[in-house]
Amino acid sequence: MHSPVAPDQIVPSAAHVPGRPPGRAGGQRGRRRGGGHRAAVPRSLAGDAWRDLRRSPVFLVSAAIILVLVAMAAVPGLFTSADPRACDLANSRLPPSGSAWFGYDLQGCDMYARTVHGARASILVGVLTTLGIALVGSVVGMFAGYHGGRVDALLSRLTDMFFAVPMLLGAIIVLATFPSTVGTPAWQTIGKVVMALGVLGWTTVARLMRSTVIQVKQADYVQAARGLGAGTSRILLRHILPNAVAPVVVYSTIILGVFVVLEATLSFLGIGLQAPVISWGIAISEARAYLRQSPHMLLFPGAFLSVTVLAFIMLGDAVRDAFDPRLR
Amino acid sequence: MGRYVARRLLQMIPVVIGTTLIIYTLVWSLPGDPFAGRCGARPCPPAYVAAMTDKYNLDDFWLVAYFKYLGNLLTGDFGETFQGLSVGEELLRAYPTTAKLALVAIAFEILIGIGAGILAGLRRGSYIDNLVLVSTLVVVSIPVFVIGSVLQLFLGMRWGIFPATVGGDASLYNLILPGFVLASLSLAYVARLTRTSLAENRRADYVRTAVAKGLPQRRVIGVHTMRNSLIPVVTFIGADFGALLGGAIVTEGIFNVPGVGNLIFRSITARDGVMVTGAVTVLVLVFLLVNLLVDLIYGWLDPRISHG
Repeated sequence: MHSPVAPDQIVPSAAHVPGRPPGRAGGQRGRRRGGGHRAAVPRSLAGDAWRDLRRSPVFLVSAAIILVLVAMAAVPGLFTSADPRACDLANSRLPPSGSAWFGYDLQGCDMYARTVHGARASILVGVLTTLGIALVGSVVGMFAGYHGGRVDALLSRLTDMFFAVPMLLGAIIVLATFPSTVGTPAWQTIGKVVMALGVLGWTTVARLMRSTVIQVKQADYVQAARGLGAGTSRILLRHILPNAVAPVVVYSTIILGVFVVLEATLSFLGIGLQAPVISWGIAISEARAYLRQSPHMLLFPGAFLSVTVLAFIMLGDAVRDAFDPRLR
Repeated sequence: MGRYVARRLLQMIPVVIGTTLIIYTLVWSLPGDPFAGRCGARPCPPAYVAAMTDKYNLDDFWLVAYFKYLGNLLTGDFGETFQGLSVGEELLRAYPTTAKLALVAIAFEILIGIGAGILAGLRRGSYIDNLVLVSTLVVVSIPVFVIGSVLQLFLGMRWGIFPATVGGDASLYNLILPGFVLASLSLAYVARLTRTSLAENRRADYVRTAVAKGLPQRRVIGVHTMRNSLIPVVTFIGADFGALLGGAIVTEGIFNVPGVGNLIFRSITARDGVMVTGAVTVLVLVFLLVNLLVDLIYGWLDPRISHG
């Protein structure tokens, strides 16, 4: 029921950030002003991280798996020519064979085609929810951290309240309030799941962002920007954000896999995604009633789901290592 | 110490009020007829609707209705469901089972999690270390409902080692399999946390001193290293215990455990708002109290942290 992210995985480590000059902005300015001083331009944190990542085998393996999954989600036709919705009841629950590698499900649909097509829902929910919570959480955290005082107290207590509700429970309540049925269009069904997860998911991002912004806003270059007459929005977007975003990026990569699991869990419970949408969670939930006779119905979608989550966890680990110099 | 506890308890008040408000709003005030499907296929009789509207203050502005509800909560009255069941009694009936399940899960986390973490942390880079790292990664990436279903299939049905479902009889033996499934995810984190923490502390000065003054290996690791290494692990297990006491919707559903998670899920799908708000309020309170307890234990384990 609790969010499956261990405390050691969440990285509130921006201790290295404040001392740095505004990384990306500095690099660009150097290049624009002419190549002569390029060697003197300090490398940005993101540049450093990228150099590390390219050499990390964990990153390469997980990125390869994720690329395949994204391709599966975008163009399932590349992997299977079978129609996942062309089902023949005569094939109901047939075990794997030469013609159908993963066997058939209860309705006699080709399991391989359905498993391949199921990637889309998982990836969509994972990516959209992560983008959503990163955006909302960053805005809340930036305002709380930058303004301090009453704004901070108010926003922080608000964050605490949402934080105390277990995520799965909150999502179930939201989805039970706005139920989807078989007739609901696919984008609406997916949108509801994204919303249900997002309502309670943004709190950790807000806390991370707030603590890094509080550290960063005291840096000399922020004072300098203010002294030069930069407005609040310019200071926040050009000077503070690029230097405070690293922990959020790391957390987002890790939490993406968690959202994929939560989507499958909700669909498994029967209140997440609904029938016209093909999802691994629905397939697993359907398979449970026939666990004893046809375990293949559970094992294949279960394996795809697990590999997807594994890939995102490994990616998150690699990104965290690259962004957190203290661990080097 | 007393002042610290008092301050923490006071700080809980706004969080509890806010959390119950969020839940109350979600359950009661969003669009949708609360009586839809309540009386079978036909619409509810007006007398019933009037009685229920009055009983649950459905005509009031939602904030007013919420504060009336909160007032009842303060007197210990959790209200009655639409079926006339007392929410307090239902919770009391379900809670012992959930608590037992949580204890079994915590026992697995301590035994296997810390055990594997110690084995791995003492010999970094060894075969056991790599085995622990890889297996925890695999366990973390398999969703609980897949682990639960697969273990139920093999251990419960195919090989018949453990009972496959719990049902009405929630004895400790029946809860072994669900407890293990419930613990699996946290178990992996506990193992990794113990490993990292132990490996870090083995390089500490006081450990070198202990070795230098000739203490036996068992005492160096068992007393000096372990006590310091287990602090983050205790924090994690404590927080996890608080979360587990909130009931495990998925695990309890798979193994048919009659606990709080099952109760909450049934009430949510039946749109039984009173039960949901009551249960969630209780579990948020338990979660916050357990966290407070963990912080107190923390100060006892590590005297440098004082709550003066």
